[in-house]
Amino acid sequence: MPTFWLVVVLLALTALGFWFGRRRALASANGNPRDLHSLPVYYGANVSMSIAIPALLTLAIWLLAQPMVIENRVSALIPSELVPENTSLGLVMSDVRRLAEGLDEAIVQKVLTSEQALALDAETSDIRATLGSLGVALGSDVRPEVLQAAQSYRSLSRSGSTAMTVVCLLLALVGLVLSTRNSHKEFRARNVVERGVLALLVLAASLAILTTVGIVLSMLFETVNFFGLHAWKDFFFGSTWAPNFRGDSELSMLPLLWGTLYISAIALLVAVPVGLFAAIYLSEYAGPGVRAFAKPLLEILAGIPTIVYGLFALLTVGPLLLKVFGQGENGLLGLEWMTGATSVLTAGVVMGIMLIPFVSSLSDDIINAVPQSLRDGSLGLGATPSETVRQVVLPAALPGIVGAILLAASRAIGETMIVVMGAGAIAKFSANPFESMTTITTRVVSQLTGDTDFASPETLVAFALGLSLFVLTLGLNVLALYIVRKYREQYD
Amino acid sequence: MTDLSPTPDQPAAAKTSLLTLSPRTVKRNSAETRFKAYGIGAIAVGLMMLLVLVATIVGRGTGAFQQTFITVNVELLEAKLDKNGERNIEDIKRVTTFGYAPLLKTAMKNTVSELGIETDLKAKHLAGILSKSAVAQLRAYVLANPDQIGQTVEFRFLAQSRVDGYLKGRVSRESIENDKNISPAQLDLVDALVAAGVIEKTFNLDFILGSDASDQRPEAAGMGVSMLGSLFMMLVVLALALPIGVAASIYLEEFAPKNWITDVIEVNIANLAAVPSIVYGILGLAVFINYMHLPMSAPLVGGLVLTLMTLPTIIISTRASLKAVPPSIRDAALGVGASKMQSVFHHVLPLAAPGILTGTIIGLAQALGETAPLLLIGMVGFIASNAPETIGEGLLSPNSAMPAQIYEWAKRADPAFYERAWGGIIILLVFLVTMNTVAVVLRRRFERRW
Repeated sequence: MPTFWLVVVLLALTALGFWFGRRRALASANGNPRDLHSLPVYYGANVSMSIAIPALLTLAIWLLAQPMVIENRVSALIPSELVPENTSLGLVMSDVRRLAEGLDEAIVQKVLTSEQALALDAETSDIRATLGSLGVALGSDVRPEVLQAAQSYRSLSRSGSTAMTVVCLLLALVGLVLSTRNSHKEFRARNVVERGVLALLVLAASLAILTTVGIVLSMLFETVNFFGLHAWKDFFFGSTWAPNFRGDSELSMLPLLWGTLYISAIALLVAVPVGLFAAIYLSEYAGPGVRAFAKPLLEILAGIPTIVYGLFALLTVGPLLLKVFGQGENGLLGLEWMTGATSVLTAGVVMGIMLIPFVSSLSDDIINAVPQSLRDGSLGLGATPSETVRQVVLPAALPGIVGAILLAASRAIGETMIVVMGAGAIAKFSANPFESMTTITTRVVSQLTGDTDFASPETLVAFALGLSLFVLTLGLNVLALYIVRKYREQYD
Repeated sequence: MTDLSPTPDQPAAAKTSLLTLSPRTVKRNSAETRFKAYGIGAIAVGLMMLLVLVATIVGRGTGAFQQTFITVNVELLEAKLDKNGERNIEDIKRVTTFGYAPLLKTAMKNTVSELGIETDLKAKHLAGILSKSAVAQLRAYVLANPDQIGQTVEFRFLAQSRVDGYLKGRVSRESIENDKNISPAQLDLVDALVAAGVIEKTFNLDFILGSDASDQRPEAAGMGVSMLGSLFMMLVVLALALPIGVAASIYLEEFAPKNWITDVIEVNIANLAAVPSIVYGILGLAVFINYMHLPMSAPLVGGLVLTLMTLPTIIISTRASLKAVPPSIRDAALGVGASKMQSVFHHVLPLAAPGILTGTIIGLAQALGETAPLLLIGMVGFIASNAPETIGEGLLSPNSAMPAQIYEWAKRADPAFYERAWGGIIILLVFLVTMNTVAVVLRRRFERRW
């Protein structure tokens, strides 16, 4: 039974169970709900939950685990000499999977009967052509071992899904019978249902943990694979980034890290002064009218999707900077510092614009949290407002502002679209802001888009880069939150 | 007595008047003015950037909503389209788009000569100002109306992108010197046809509702199909992120005991909100595609990835609105005999609903504009040409999404696609502005101050 229909049947059983449980409980109290321990709804809900929760949970776990189990069993069937050099078992396995899916598709479209599909012989029939006519393209001619593996893949997944259907339905029925038998007036249905709901709530809350674990594990596994294929010393301490899909690449993180930090630094150079001064003006000088007008408008900048900034960098700021700083005689200044529209400066400036509201609203909150008594004291001693800000308010707010800047830096390091479109693709150590440079996020995107082969170091390096990025931004965030939190406690 | 008499050995204070400013006061005052000016300058810079951004988007993007059309009478020759004359649909289908090209050449030649325009262009180049999609449009019409064969029918064809660019000022005679696609003589013809009213620039609904087109036909590309892709992703996000996020917040806010496990979960959620979005893309690629073998480029996978990304936002805003419900409500419910669970689900949650809804809409708007994770799960790099027909197909068949489509257009070589990209951004921003306005209105309308 396809999973979709299984779910539909389970849901129908759940609805039926609700009605059934409620009726049985009412009947046990001779139709008088006052004699029941709980409201009638809870008896229904109890039956529904004992049907749906075990069955659906089993279904979910089964769907997750089945591919892994089958993969393991089938890949044991493939002899190691069949795996061509420089590729991995994974590639052969994807052939097997494709072939198995193709055969299933052929049966659905009635090109083959299921007996014919089982009796196929790689030597005598041209499976590739047959499946090709159905729109299932196979990479190479089918070898007998692959066909055999595909057949066992099919039989395993078929028996797997049959077993899944049977187990789930059985669980649902057991739940139905047991909980209906419980539905009489003495049964404390509400307590049981509430315990169940609480368990569901806990499950939802722990999904956050699960996501983090998923992020770390998924990247860690592939990173370990990567370090199995590529020297970790080169990744961390090498000096060149030169992926080469024929092998023998130099994959060092350092040039990418340099580009990332350089662009982020320029972005902060734009965002911090503007954002900070805007925050100071808004919180110390501006009247309520200006504040109500300027603050939301500035915050619009933070709500604009990054793709818009990316396009702005690629098509507007880049060509503009090129016109000012490049093009020799034809340029505005007659300079020839810039050769292309993508550069560190392009990406940095646009990213800086994006970060202005980020810095300004965080600093605004922090400056507002400085107690008024400090200002009053300073003004009372005869300081001008600007002296008060510089010598009293800012020192008091400094830890919080540092925290805000660190958060902005973490945003800048993890930003993707602006650098993908504005920064260029050349990995190098250079201090010239007019040259194009590349970043960690850009390389993650370029190594993982298109046809990816999860067995080559050139693809897997993206996971190592992703993990480094995760660790870097996480570190900055934790540090920033720690600083902000510590500061907040000071005046409470 | 606290008043001190000046000690005689102190130097005499400089004689100053309250009416004249000392040089030091002047300096301090001007420092004050400067400081204030820096603040005003910073805000002005920020607002100016916003203005420049909006002006650029509107200025460059509105062109995409207009398109150049050429109105031509085409004689649907029976000899070319249906040699047997039996109007058998299978016979008509056998004529490929190549078979339709001569009809267009003849039609263009007739139009030009009827209008009395002098030109020494060959018929092939006359038809060259039409879009490459014109033949397909013609064929589709004939297949839909086989009874029209033999008649002369009026068609509105798209002009090719260079002609469109010429009318919009993007293409000039200087810029086409090395362009194979169009010649100055063709532009002369275009000028004459514009004067005769055959070529017109009108509103182009197909840009909003149509599908993407290949590299060769920027004039035919539209956002419609990728909009559907985004819609299906948002459905997945709404269906998963809202219930899970609300359940998690209820637990953390109302039931969780104060212990280290709860602390870990809270710190975790705060940090997940700051993880770069591309990391979620890597997670999606590794878990949903590589491990679970869900189809590449499917809106379902995009929706799952965006769900994980939006969850922290929704949890944080839901917790804030649950916290805003005063404890007296809970106490009253408990006092009349409700259980803890009943007090939460029957009283606290409905009162917090407007806040939760606002947070969810803002989270959805954020997810709608997100691009980076979609690049990794393959929602870029192909042409989203077919609208899905069923919900299942909409979730599982490859599609694009609005921001991914914009990125795809921005990457293409032909500058005509840039106009599409800016136009796409206008559409995307209209969605975002609408969603945010709805959120603000909801908050204003239903927010309760306790």
